[in-house]
Amino acid sequence: MTLGDIQKLLDAEVIAGSENLGREISHAFAADLLSDVLAIARRGADGALLITGNMTPQVIYTADVVDLGAILFVRGKRPTEPMIELANQIQIPLLMTSYIMFETCGRLYHQGLKGCVEKAGDGAD
Amino acid sequence: MEQTEERYPFHNTFRIEGGNFTHAGSVSSQVKRILKEERFPNSVIRRVSIATFEAEMNVICYAHWGILTLLVFSDFIKVAIDDEGPGIHDVDQAMTEGFSTASDKIRELGFGAGMGLSNIKKVTDEMVLTSVVNQGTHLEFMVKVFS
Repeated sequence: MTLGDIQKLLDAEVIAGSENLGREISHAFAADLLSDVLAIARRGADGALLITGNMTPQVIYTADVVDLGAILFVRGKRPTEPMIELANQIQIPLLMTSYIMFETCGRLYHQGLKGCVEKAGDGAD
Repeated sequence: MEQTEERYPFHNTFRIEGGNFTHAGSVSSQVKRILKEERFPNSVIRRVSIATFEAEMNVICYAHWGILTLLVFSDFIKVAIDDEGPGIHDVDQAMTEGFSTASDKIRELGFGAGMGLSNIKKVTDEMVLTSVVNQGTHLEFMVKVFS
């Protein structure tokens, strides 16, 4: 599905990167701990959607270094101006939805969006 | 081919200020850009970037300041980080997944889960960590371009 499909599905507001709504998103994962984001991205999360409630500039930097496709903030949390500025600068789309994280994930999964990884490995991952 | 040989190695250094959370992640972002411009494979860039990000956060979270050096060779990439700070009492313990001395501030940012050093070890081909208590910590890691 495209970022635009995700926006409609979740009645989301596009905070940054509205020119990228045609971007294809095939995988996603949800995390608030950036250590978890980095650990998941180690196995490859290029172009993935990050669903998060983490409202720090570090989430944008993290998305940048692991080449995520977009960030979706849940539970109606609005990114701060510095975060939006940073996202525009490094060109990562930001969306926000009022749905809670569980609902957000459920609705996207139901529509066919898959997780980047299904489960953690045996420590070698 | 001759051009490639002349091009490498090169290095860049970056200063990281301890406690400066506002720009935490910016050095890793710059490192990633440099490697992208050099057109290294995405998987290599990703591995170096992840390890660099974890290392940068460690300096910001725990040290007074540090210097990160990126060394780019044609067949491997090395990153070395030297910081001045409290150091690590027990390096083996620090490498244990889940062990953390992080403050609430660090945890609020979404870090401090005790996964950083082990994540660096897993994502790189070689990693060395040494530390002197009340002086500082030296961390270096290497990612091969062709593995």
